[in-house]
Amino acid sequence: MVAGSEGVDGSQRSGGGWTVPPFATAIVVAAPILAVVGIALLPGEAVWYHLATTVLPAYALNTLTLLVGVGVGVLAIGTITAWLVTMCEFPGRRAFEWALLLPMAIPAYVVAFVYTGMLEYAGPVQSGLRAWFGWSTARDYWFPDIRTVGGAIAVMTLVLYPYVYLLARAAFTEQSVGQIEVARTLGRGGLRTFVTVALPLARPALVAGTTLALLEALNDFGTVDYFAVNTFTRGTFNVWLGMNNLAGAAQIAVALVAVVLALIALERAARGRRRFRAAHGTYRSLPRYTLSPARQGAAFVACALPVALGFLVPAATLAEDTVGDLGGAFDRGFVRLALNSLGLALVAAALATAVALFLAYAPRVRQTRPLAAALRIAGIGYAMPGAVLAIGVLIPFGWFDNRLDAALRSLFGVSSGLLLSGTVAALIFAYVVRFLAVALGSVDASFTKVPIGIDHAARTLGATPRQALVRVGLPLVRPSLLAAALLVFVDVMKELPMTLILRPFNFNTLATRTYEYAGGEQLAQAAPLALAIVLVGIIPVIMLSRAIAAARPGQRRA
Amino acid sequence: MIGLRIEDLSHAYDGLTVVDRVNLDVGEGEIVCLVGPSGCGKSTTLRLAAGLEPVQRGRVTIGDTVVATATFSVAPERRRLGLVFQDYALFPHLTVFENVAFGLAALAPAEQRQRALAALDQVRMATQSTLYPHELSGGQQQRIALARALAPRPSVMLLDEPFSNLDFQLRRQVWEDTLGVLRRAGTPTLLVTHDPHEAMKMGDRVAVMERGRITQFARPSEIYGRPASASIARFFGETTTLTGTVRGGQVATPFNAFPVESYPDGTEVEIVIRPEALHLNIGHAAHERCEFNTPTLDASVVEARHLGPYSLVHFRVNDDATVLVARVPGVVAPRVGTALRVHLDRTAAFVFPRDEKLSA
Repeated sequence: MVAGSEGVDGSQRSGGGWTVPPFATAIVVAAPILAVVGIALLPGEAVWYHLATTVLPAYALNTLTLLVGVGVGVLAIGTITAWLVTMCEFPGRRAFEWALLLPMAIPAYVVAFVYTGMLEYAGPVQSGLRAWFGWSTARDYWFPDIRTVGGAIAVMTLVLYPYVYLLARAAFTEQSVGQIEVARTLGRGGLRTFVTVALPLARPALVAGTTLALLEALNDFGTVDYFAVNTFTRGTFNVWLGMNNLAGAAQIAVALVAVVLALIALERAARGRRRFRAAHGTYRSLPRYTLSPARQGAAFVACALPVALGFLVPAATLAEDTVGDLGGAFDRGFVRLALNSLGLALVAAALATAVALFLAYAPRVRQTRPLAAALRIAGIGYAMPGAVLAIGVLIPFGWFDNRLDAALRSLFGVSSGLLLSGTVAALIFAYVVRFLAVALGSVDASFTKVPIGIDHAARTLGATPRQALVRVGLPLVRPSLLAAALLVFVDVMKELPMTLILRPFNFNTLATRTYEYAGGEQLAQAAPLALAIVLVGIIPVIMLSRAIAAARPGQRRA
Repeated sequence: MIGLRIEDLSHAYDGLTVVDRVNLDVGEGEIVCLVGPSGCGKSTTLRLAAGLEPVQRGRVTIGDTVVATATFSVAPERRRLGLVFQDYALFPHLTVFENVAFGLAALAPAEQRQRALAALDQVRMATQSTLYPHELSGGQQQRIALARALAPRPSVMLLDEPFSNLDFQLRRQVWEDTLGVLRRAGTPTLLVTHDPHEAMKMGDRVAVMERGRITQFARPSEIYGRPASASIARFFGETTTLTGTVRGGQVATPFNAFPVESYPDGTEVEIVIRPEALHLNIGHAAHERCEFNTPTLDASVVEARHLGPYSLVHFRVNDDATVLVARVPGVVAPRVGTALRVHLDRTAAFVFPRDEKLSA
């Protein structure tokens, strides 16, 4: 990545080698999205009209319903729990501060199939109800069907509310004690202070958290597919995997991109001129309300329910199924699957971190406006649903393979076949594109804490930009590199939609096999694999809760 | 042979000119202070000289080598300069010794060690070489930054507000120490500061920068004694300003007519008076002092303040509304309304046309 052309002979503008490669990276990262849009707008196959008259309205309605439902759900749960743990005193508050993050560890599709197994007709809940009330058939009672849009909303709300919780909590703690105190001394009660002072102040954080949750909801394929809810995401898959129609898939993907862009635009508009605040700053402890015993109980339940439903119940179910059939899991190739997942995640994490390090350092050598724009583009992959990126990767890779194959055939009479498409390389490229923003965020935050004067000091003392990075920059941001790699690692372990589309034939990971088992109603077989994913997923939760603990007053900053 | 030469240097951020046709040179072994109010462009000038900003217009020469023009730039690491930052920019992950040895990477380890220790010795920090920067006081950090910049024996030293993070007491001591170290090293030095007192103390010559332009570049005594503009006169010390219009080669002031030969009639002028230009006789009017070419006038005290080594006496001449300030050595605290005799030393009073643009 690091080009070695910077001012070697002293006649070039210093930092020339640090200006061009970031643009190249930005273009490469943006390529899948551009490819999707390009293919979709090509007049070639007139699928648009067909799509618009058949499936698109239903897709749009389902997607919108899902977004509205998840949006309301995560906003309510995230905001209320964040307010309770920051502003009220009740038993278990300190534990809930981090426990409320736990549902983040479980991918939505895992929660979906666990609850399906539990709530279906033959599942323990309905069986129990029938035994209790003496019902004999489904006609004797009404029970909600989880395999609906409503079910998808519930499942996603349970695992995505921590995004809102995290940012809302940070916003509430960062709020001036003074403003809250003033509201209280002016005779406002706790609830009215919350509604009239704290909520408006926290609005940008709430919007940002909700946007993140909704982007995740759009990315989700496992849940909507398992519940057979036709959203844009599922539609993209259907058209590609089912009908093998790349242009059609790209066209639905474009609709998805439009929704994403609309979400981002909404978020920007709501944020106004206020800048996004990172979730970890220095927290001051606010004077908390002491609640009456009844209210303490209510607060406890309000915080305990999301943790129980979003983490404890699914995790316990998986653990139970796993313990019952541990040997079977190994017989079914658990080690092979785990190694596949680990290998992919490690390579992608290393690559994404290396690229992020380079991109975060480049503006320190020479900051220019085009460079800042390039960095923003490089981070865009994270907002794009995996389905869109996967289709977008297929297009240029397939084009390259076909061209190479044609050229080799005409020149040497040999066929190269598909060199890149359908290989692990395509998959890792997609991972890096999608999760680069995660690594970049971590590394960039760390670099901003290093004064630019440090770099300049190194330069004036005779170090080239690269030497300054190695001798000064790297040692100072090293912890953030590990954090960046870890976050990407975990995201790749959990990733489902891109892996499904781009994986080589007969290549499985923990995530894809879990999905296949669940789709085949073999929930017990899926459990050990899903549990492994959940255990890995707990890593970032631990990192986040440690950051929160370290930032508390009286504690050393991590 | 020169140390550093800056010619016709201009720089703009987003179309806003911050450095405007600056010419500056630092001779062999000379210390030049670049002084001006914050935002005047002095730090940008230094960063341009260091190569930390690309030159848009003009030329920078170090020694015999042109290092930057609008189309050509030597990377900062190849300019052989020592830069001391306002916040010192010490490497937090390296010890004092490793910090100072950082710029010596090209040398053999034994020589690195010898040179780094010699540099530390110069700033009396050799015994602290194994400590980390955060374990040092502000003054010690400043000395390490100085040693680190000097260790590679740079062709020119650039110091960017190197004393502004030190408290007032410490600063005086560090001035002396730094001056001693720079003199012994004999390296041509450009020091950027916003403090006129510091500039006069440290500089062999002082360049005054206002709104991106060098408005006076001279020895400290000349800048104080013959300021090029009213704003420079005010910048380098407390002043009182009188205004008036030239009539027949004179301006009417409380000190009677003030001759201003060089300005045509009708010119609006201001007379900037240093406190030491006003000589007071308090209480007794006996000694009419004749060595000044202005008449002695009656005045009355408006307010008196004692400020340590000297006192400031605010007074009004005759019945004029203008309040003037005089500096008197020692403790002088006359009551309000006390009668005074006052005369003006014209060599410490400067006349400028009122339109700043004409004088700039």
